[in-house]
Amino acid sequence: MDESRPIFIQIAEQVENDIIDGVLKEDEQIPSTNELAVFYRINPATALKGVNRLVDDGIVAKRRGIGMFVTLGARARLIDRRRADFATEYIRPLIVEAEKLGIDIDELAGLLRAERIES
Amino acid sequence: MTRTVVRGSGLTKRYGSFTAVDAVDLTLQENRIYGLLGRNGAGKTTIMQLLTGQLFPNAGELEVFGREPAEHADVLRRICFIGEAQRYPENFTPTHVFKAAPWFFEHWDAGLAERLVADFRLPVKRRIKKLSRGQLSAVGVIVGLASRAPITFFDEPYLGLDAVARHIFYDRLLEDYAEHPRTVVLSTHLIDEIANLLEHIILIDQGRILLDRDADEVRGSATTVAGARAAVESFVADRPVIGREGLGGLASVTIDGRLGRADRIRAAELGLELAPVSLQQLIVHMTGTELDADTTEEEAAA
Repeated sequence: MDESRPIFIQIAEQVENDIIDGVLKEDEQIPSTNELAVFYRINPATALKGVNRLVDDGIVAKRRGIGMFVTLGARARLIDRRRADFATEYIRPLIVEAEKLGIDIDELAGLLRAERIES
Repeated sequence: MTRTVVRGSGLTKRYGSFTAVDAVDLTLQENRIYGLLGRNGAGKTTIMQLLTGQLFPNAGELEVFGREPAEHADVLRRICFIGEAQRYPENFTPTHVFKAAPWFFEHWDAGLAERLVADFRLPVKRRIKKLSRGQLSAVGVIVGLASRAPITFFDEPYLGLDAVARHIFYDRLLEDYAEHPRTVVLSTHLIDEIANLLEHIILIDQGRILLDRDADEVRGSATTVAGARAAVESFVADRPVIGREGLGGLASVTIDGRLGRADRIRAAELGLELAPVSLQQLIVHMTGTELDADTTEEEAAA
């Protein structure tokens, strides 16, 4: 867990990552709050807050008496949201650091392409 | 709706001219895990001894499950206190302790105690006086967990327990708490190890409450900003500073309050490093001498 951000947000993100990666499929049950708490060694109330955030975002929904399930279309919505944040989360810091080092946009684009070929 | 299980107001405990607990107001809610944190001699143990009826306050009101704890068996039966140097009759073995425990704790789970004995590899037939410090701590931890008391206090329960044994304690505590919610108060110096287990934090300093807040609000509520002195100072100009260090032209300043995305971008543009402050570091800042020095300076300036 990263110390700088609230843990419940990180728990929500972990579940979101599993949905994006296809580890958790749509219409599939997600781990219970207690399972998340024990696995991540966090307070169950914190895990519940994380799951409630996913409920508020419409990523999972409760089925009474059974548990929480990934909603239909959740993966596509998550990807849309992550794409919208991509520029501020990743591109902006990249450009700030590149400018500090005197790397211009063309050189940066070249570096990105080279890195892509390597990986 | 959560229920309040402990309500204290104006609690004060004096020893001669020394005030160990100074007009403390606090409430504990049902089924939460609290961290009671602070430096040695801050008053943590005294507060727990008041709440468990082991001491009488000199002033203030206290209700535990709706009435004063001292000498009320129906209240004391629902409380388990595991102290730092828990004493047992010396000729007892751990088996005797675990056999006697259900007389005091109505929710005692013998099966859980047995599993914990195996986890901690505790020699249950050895006499208490022959046990190592760590094994003695394990006896306390087992009693604390298996008692499933509606309010359980752990006051520095793990003297002599190694890192593996401490993590067994944290894992079993979480697992059992998830299945059987109850109010747990953990007092410890090993703040980083337990930070994520806590739902609520009460920080004590010199007999008073310095902080009484949800762990989620406290976490990430402070940031250290480091870089060239001028840039750091301009960034922190109108923010509450809780710690300050410097080395030549470099400065490292800890500020209270969350940073938004715009703040982070601005910091990056100024070439500043932002580092999260762990709960342990925050508490060092809040209760350390460094802060006192700052206050004195301000007072001198005023």
